[in-house]
Amino acid sequence: MREWLRDREHMVRMGILFAGALAVFLVVRAVMVPKDFGTYGHFRTGALADNMAHPLVFAGRQACGDCHDDIVASRKGSKHEQIGCEACHGALEAHASAGDPSTLKPKLPDGKTICLVCHKENVAKPAGFPQIDPKDHGDGGPCTSCHNPHHPEIS
Amino acid sequence: MGTDRRAFLKQTGLILVLSGAAAQAWDFVLAGEPEKAPTYKLLDHWWAMAMDIRKCIGCGNCVRACKAENGVLLEPDCFRTWVERYHVHPDDPGHPEVDSPNGGYDGFPEKYKAGDGSKNFFVPKMCNHCAHSPCVQVCPVGATFESPDGVVLVDKTYCLGCRYCVQACPYGCRYIDPRTETVDKCSLCYHRITKGLTTACCEVCPMGARKLGDLKDPKDPIHDFLKDHMIHVLKPEMATGAKAYYNGLDGSVR
Repeated sequence: MREWLRDREHMVRMGILFAGALAVFLVVRAVMVPKDFGTYGHFRTGALADNMAHPLVFAGRQACGDCHDDIVASRKGSKHEQIGCEACHGALEAHASAGDPSTLKPKLPDGKTICLVCHKENVAKPAGFPQIDPKDHGDGGPCTSCHNPHHPEIS
Repeated sequence: MGTDRRAFLKQTGLILVLSGAAAQAWDFVLAGEPEKAPTYKLLDHWWAMAMDIRKCIGCGNCVRACKAENGVLLEPDCFRTWVERYHVHPDDPGHPEVDSPNGGYDGFPEKYKAGDGSKNFFVPKMCNHCAHSPCVQVCPVGATFESPDGVVLVDKTYCLGCRYCVQACPYGCRYIDPRTETVDKCSLCYHRITKGLTTACCEVCPMGARKLGDLKDPKDPIHDFLKDHMIHVLKPEMATGAKAYYNGLDGSVR
C-alpha cells in the first residue's frame, strides 16, 4: 500500500492524460456523429429521407388514368390491359406533373419497333407467348396497320 | 417558466395521446397544411419482390426503366437490375451458358436454335433486399443498412467507396458509380414505394413478371404468389434472408 502511495504521482499524471484523451474523444464524437445516427440501427436516419427525396421519372399508371380514362376504358378486356402505359409510351412524370401537360406531349412510339421489343421470336421466351418473325409475319408495314396496340386481338 | 412548462406538458401529452409519427404530423395540421404531413409509416411495411421466371420475356423494359428512373450510367457495368439468359444443355445441366448483353438493356438478339434439346430462359436479377445482408455486415462506416421496412439502402454521404460490400454481395448487385466513387445499388425505388407507387421495373414490366410486395400487408397479393407457387430464392445456403422470391427458378441458376 505504501509503495503504491509512493508511486501515485505518475499514476495521477497518467490518469489526467487518460481523462483528457477520453474527454477529447467524447467531445469529437458528439460533434462528428449526427444526432439521428443509431435511431433504427447502425446508420444515419436521415439517409432514409435522402433516398425518399429522389425525383420521380415514371408517373405510374394511376396518374395516366386520372386524365386518360377513355384509354383505360378502351383497354378493358384486352390482352394488353395489364400493361403499364409507360411500358410503351416511356417515362412521363414530367408530362403528368406539368402545369399544362399538353406542352410536354410524349412522342408516339413507332408502330413496329415498340411491338418487336416484346414480340420478336426468341427461343428463350416462354412457350405460349405470342412471338413472330417480322420477315414471315405481315406485309412488312407497321404492326399498327392491322393491330390496335391497346386491343391487339384480331377478331 | 410557466409557458415552458405548458409547452412541455402539451408536447408530452401529444406524444402520449398520439403516436410519435402522429405527433409529428400534428405540427403540419397546426400549420394549416395537413396534406404535407408524412403519411408513410416506416414500421408498417416489409418490402419484398416476387419474380416469375415463367413470365419473363427478356424485353429489357425493366433494365431501361431502372436506369432512367434512378439516373444510372448507361455503361455496360452499371446496373441496379439486369436480365440474364440461361442456355442449359440436358447433358450438362450444372454448367449453363449464361449471357447478359449490356444487361439486357438492348434486348437479347437470337443466339440459340429451337429444337436442339436445350432449355432456354431469362432470369431477371436485382438486389435481393436480404434481411441479413452480408453487404451491410461488412460496411465499416454504417453507410449501407437494412431499413426498418426491409430495404437495403446506401447513405451516399457516408460511403467511402471502399468496395467491401461489392465483394460481400453474393448476388453481384453492387457497383461503384464512377461519377461519385461511391457504391450504388437497387434502392427498391425507395422514393416511389414510400409514396404508394410501385418500382419503375414493376411499373413497366409488360408481363407482370415482377411484383413488388409488402409482406406486412395481409391483403397484398404477394401472399397468394408465395402460397400458390413453388418458390425459391437465390443461394439459400448463404442464409442471407433474401426477399427476392422466384417462381420457376431452375437449379442451374446462380
